[in-house]
Amino acid sequence: MTVRLRVNPITCQAHGLCAELLPELISLDEWGYPLLDPEPVPAELMDYARRAVADCPTLALMLTED
Amino acid sequence: MPLAEHLDHHGGFLLRGFGGDRGPMMLIDAVERAGLTGHGGAGFPTARKMRAVAGRRRPVVVVNAAEGEPASRKDAYLMHTRPHLVLDGAVLAADAVGAHEVIVALHAGPSPVSAAVAERQAAGLDPVAIKAVQVPKEYVASEETALVRFLSGAPALPTFTPPRPFERGVNGRSTLVQNAETLAHLALIARHGDEWFRSVGTPDAPGSLLVTVAGAVQQPGVYELAFGMPLKAAFEAAGGLTEPVQAVLVGGYFGAWLPAETALRVRLTPADLVAAGAAIGAGVLLALPESSCGLAESQRVATWLAVQSAGQCGPCAWGLPAIAEDLAVLTRSGNTTNVKNRLERRLRLVEGRGACHHPDGTARFVASALRTFSADLARHRRGNPCPPARHPVLPLPDDPERR
Repeated sequence: MTVRLRVNPITCQAHGLCAELLPELISLDEWGYPLLDPEPVPAELMDYARRAVADCPTLALMLTED
Repeated sequence: MPLAEHLDHHGGFLLRGFGGDRGPMMLIDAVERAGLTGHGGAGFPTARKMRAVAGRRRPVVVVNAAEGEPASRKDAYLMHTRPHLVLDGAVLAADAVGAHEVIVALHAGPSPVSAAVAERQAAGLDPVAIKAVQVPKEYVASEETALVRFLSGAPALPTFTPPRPFERGVNGRSTLVQNAETLAHLALIARHGDEWFRSVGTPDAPGSLLVTVAGAVQQPGVYELAFGMPLKAAFEAAGGLTEPVQAVLVGGYFGAWLPAETALRVRLTPADLVAAGAAIGAGVLLALPESSCGLAESQRVATWLAVQSAGQCGPCAWGLPAIAEDLAVLTRSGNTTNVKNRLERRLRLVEGRGACHHPDGTARFVASALRTFSADLARHRRGNPCPPARHPVLPLPDDPERR
């Protein structure tokens, strides 16, 4: 089972918190919207990824399993 | 075509003509064997879409005849000339998936569809309820999720997926959204069978398609071609070219430009077009004459596409205007390396980052313009922009000459 980051682009309001909390996997584009690492979230970053998801002010960030 | 004439021409159809209670599933099987794919743009296998809905609770069938593509006329043409064939397909699809309700989504304006529905009701033809609904004219309004949202009583804006319409569609019910032309093909498969359907086209791309031929041709209009025919057969069907052509827009404004020498060699199959750098999309084939400026034409459409963003997703709402502006700078002043690099970076940046494919389609269109008209870029840079006098060839909805 692999876990990846995904963002709902409609609810995302470019607060940018996710990139602060998880710079290893998330950067911001020139307008402040997140660019997500498409690779599976490595196990050692999973806790940080969950934290970033929980702290998104608009709950736009999520973890998906496939 | 009125109902009586329609039934006379195409023959009637028996909903259970495929054999007792197994009939509905057998129609889906026949559609699968026929290899029918969606004609709205995405080309998704129709049978797979039907199976996803079949058997779910109280499903709904939506006929997407709200052609958003400004250069495409095929669905409007079909609804005007063969409304009953599309409605036959919708009723057959509804029966196959267990739906009792069909909604026909159309643009505002005079349409024979309401009369056709009334005619069928008077004849007691269909065991399902059919209603026609007018949808807003915005480009994204005919996108599948936007359509479903509008038909549920909300604004016609795309939604985040999942859920897809087959999971949760109109008013929360499982919904099969099919393009009007796709349903017309389905109605013919139900009558004549999948082998008949496969008797034209190629093994990988069976059947035929409607194309809207426009630009520098003698008789612009909607034509039917078999898959696998050379693309240039579309221009021959339209009476030939009126002047030398430099490029062909394939698919529409979510499609791609191909240089004329490529386009006039390519065959009309999804695989051949993808290999050439395009896709059949909504079936638009527009011949751009040598006397036009491909950059100026593309820039005008890119600006319109930016305005058509629903504004819901940041990368689309901010990215498309930035892309359109970059292209405008290049069109005015030519191959300014920094701007070209920035534009190419932005084209990659917006891709896949909207809830719908509006940013992807726009980026594909603009990227193809940069590829196809690279010689023009260089010419503009040397201070020789194309003469601006010519009336634009690519149609936009606000053009007074179009409708």
